[in-house]
Amino acid sequence: MAEETQQRTSSGGPGGQGGPRGGDSRGPRSAGGGGREGGRKYFRRKKVCKFCVEKIDVVDYKDTRLLGQFVAESGKIVPRRLTGVCTPHQRRLTTAIKQARNIALLPFSGRH
Amino acid sequence: MQRTYEVMFIVRPDMPEEEQEKLITTLESSVTGSGGTLKNVERMGKRRMAYVVRKFQDGIYVLMTLEGPGAMVHELERRLRVTEPVIKFITVRVDEEQKRLAKIKAIRESRAKRPAPAPAPAAESGAAAEAPAATA
Repeated sequence: MAEETQQRTSSGGPGGQGGPRGGDSRGPRSAGGGGREGGRKYFRRKKVCKFCVEKIDVVDYKDTRLLGQFVAESGKIVPRRLTGVCTPHQRRLTTAIKQARNIALLPFSGRH
Repeated sequence: MQRTYEVMFIVRPDMPEEEQEKLITTLESSVTGSGGTLKNVERMGKRRMAYVVRKFQDGIYVLMTLEGPGAMVHELERRLRVTEPVIKFITVRVDEEQKRLAKIKAIRESRAKRPAPAPAPAAESGAAAEAPAATA
């Protein structure tokens, strides 16, 4: 529950613009509108891990297009709670992004 | 101890083609000299780098896949470091990852084999349930 409220505040705050580029995992947030009083204001689809669903086993540092979806405009790695990636895959993703940064495939910070 | 590594390096964008070839052949001789084998060389061509490196905005990316002991990597990295046109490089060990991938693949195949005969009776029962409804 605490996690949910955190999500809501982060989506409303100024951090909203720093979301993932291919924001398909965050897209359907506003979809539907359960008007139950006191309950949830809107329906939120359960986030799923992209790597588990699409059966991507190897997170390769050379695959910039894939990694770019999990890097914010500022160059930061998007946290798990926003993208829905599971823990083992986020770990692999993190190392891959860091390797890609090292060889100048991804930026350390935004645009220079 | 034979291990598989991927070495990716970037050379400066104004390097002529023949000098790139010369560089790759010298690197190959250093690899074979220290007990390794060069399995594949992929020239990824010129592409824009995500940030400025040594005042260069672009770079020519080369990816080498090689197999051999750790000493080979040491020697190769030393060479890359002293070679002037090489502006960046990274070595990644990939054999563990390949082993893991093979394991996952094996598990998936064994799983795919087992439930294959299962759906057939289920489909039959579904058809049987449907049939009386149609006659009634």
